[in-house]
Amino acid sequence: MLLFYVFGAAAVIASLLVIAQRNPIYSVLLLIASFGALSGLYILLEAPFVAVIQIIIYAGAIMVLFLFVVMLLNAPREETTEDVPTWAARTSRAGVARFGVALSIALGLELVWALTKHGGESGAFAGGSVASVSAIGRLLFTRYAFPFEVTSVLILIAMVGAVVLARRDPAKEGH
Amino acid sequence: MTPLLIAQVALTLLVFVALLSSAAGLVYAERKVAARLQQRLGPYLVGPRGLLQPLADIVKLMFKEELRPRAADPLLFALAPVISATAAFTAFAVVPFGAGTTLFGWLREPLRLQVADVNVAILVIFAVGSMSVYGIVLAGWSSNSKYSLLGGLRSSAQMISYELSYGLALAGVLVVSNSLRLTDIVNHQGGTWFGFLPRWFVFVQPVGFLIFMTAGIAETNRAPFDFPEAEQELVAGYHTEYSSMNFAMFFLAEYVNMVTVSAVATDLFLGGWHGPFLPESLGWIWFLIKVGAILFFYIWMRWTLPRYRYDQLMRFGWKVLLPLGVVNLLATAAGVLFLGA
Amino acid sequence: MPRLGDYLVLSGLLFVIGAAGVMVRRNLITILLSIEIMLNAVNLSFVAFGRALGSADGQIIVFFVMTVAAAEAAVGLAIVIGLFRHRESLNPDSFTNLKW
Repeated sequence: MLLFYVFGAAAVIASLLVIAQRNPIYSVLLLIASFGALSGLYILLEAPFVAVIQIIIYAGAIMVLFLFVVMLLNAPREETTEDVPTWAARTSRAGVARFGVALSIALGLELVWALTKHGGESGAFAGGSVASVSAIGRLLFTRYAFPFEVTSVLILIAMVGAVVLARRDPAKEGH
Repeated sequence: MTPLLIAQVALTLLVFVALLSSAAGLVYAERKVAARLQQRLGPYLVGPRGLLQPLADIVKLMFKEELRPRAADPLLFALAPVISATAAFTAFAVVPFGAGTTLFGWLREPLRLQVADVNVAILVIFAVGSMSVYGIVLAGWSSNSKYSLLGGLRSSAQMISYELSYGLALAGVLVVSNSLRLTDIVNHQGGTWFGFLPRWFVFVQPVGFLIFMTAGIAETNRAPFDFPEAEQELVAGYHTEYSSMNFAMFFLAEYVNMVTVSAVATDLFLGGWHGPFLPESLGWIWFLIKVGAILFFYIWMRWTLPRYRYDQLMRFGWKVLLPLGVVNLLATAAGVLFLGA
Repeated sequence: MPRLGDYLVLSGLLFVIGAAGVMVRRNLITILLSIEIMLNAVNLSFVAFGRALGSADGQIIVFFVMTVAAAEAAVGLAIVIGLFRHRESLNPDSFTNLKW
């Protein structure tokens, strides 16, 4: 239980800092920390396979991609409200931000209320069998074989698309 | 505080200290072997036969001044070597190096010679290996210098490219051994065929072994894949701006990574701690011998082969090693299916 | 022992944090990061439900969600790179050509 609170608090605090940071590199690193905490939570949920692939795929590959892009673009620190040109634009943007935060807080409170209403009965976990890696593999190749193949095609499309979208236009470069 | 718990904690500390000293020992071994390969003597002044040379190196590094470029990001600059070193040590935590021992009957149940026995040990090694990319890329970025940035980006791109072939070689072993636990994989390799050929996976998966070793050398940024940190190239790549203990931590991380890759290769392909003439409980001696052999091979490669240029390196990783890994996996799967082994 | 409800509350909190990030932040990369937070929150609730119902389906769905998230991050970042090359800015307010 203590571990749940530790990992949960780490995940929440890291995510809050992600959206509060100005420097995008710090945001990416804090998100990696949040993923690590989530991986710990998955282990508590007796899902070691998901925990490890969370680290391998999310923290180890997707975040490296983000980091590379941030470094490639030399992403500037986010501008503060003073940089916005007109007074109208500034207040409207601040208004949208305040509205967004208020909406999120309202959503959050409602979720917490709804999920804790049925207190003890949304109860303890079933003592059911823990899915081993081989069981997951077997399921993936039998019942979920079609989504599996479709996902691989999807990744191929995404790969080709990303390469095409990020390519410099050779005509404009003039070499 | 059962005796088993005390033994486990002591084992963890022992592994930690052993890794540290192995890094120091590797420094010495590298210089001596390099010297002999180049027909010279190597260090021989400090201590008998130069054996205290690493101690002298460490003392020198400790007394050097810790520099930090003014434009460097202080938090990331300090964090990067920590990430590298931590990932290197953590990866070794799931590697078993001996059969269970009861320490001459002191313990009631056998102590596994492994810091943590997890069900998905192979995946954990892979995961922690992906984390070590961050140490390098952050070192390159936070130094705020063009050599560091280029070296860091190149090095991390190399590492993530070769991770794929690394994983495919691992998958080949998985198909043959049917388990993700390293202890099970090693135990699968006990015994012999025809009475003399040990049942090591290197004989079942020779291509897999070659792919694994090649990818492992590229993962640890060692020659011939050490373009991003070679002295003749980008000054010193991602650790250009580091001095003293920070630099020492990067080198510690590199050597411990080498040890981990060798240990994993031994467990996966060379039968771990199984070997003739010794009882099961002294298997760790065989383990050390095999790891030592692979490390010697590492050092030998560095001082024999010329370096790959960066684009050659990337082309090799993607166009040669990756398809080879896929074909190996397919062939292994077909073999297991038809032979039912 | 944490109950299912605890995990769902945590997942809800993370989702809301991600949603707030998407709405409030004016930096394209941080918006993409907030989307990843939301996807992770959903993953957590999938695994929690899978464990509560004793089935492996939760983990399988998570597998697919992660893969789709990877594909989406790749394409999203490629678009961000293209946009940055046009306007030298990562602020979504700069890309207002189609507004009336």
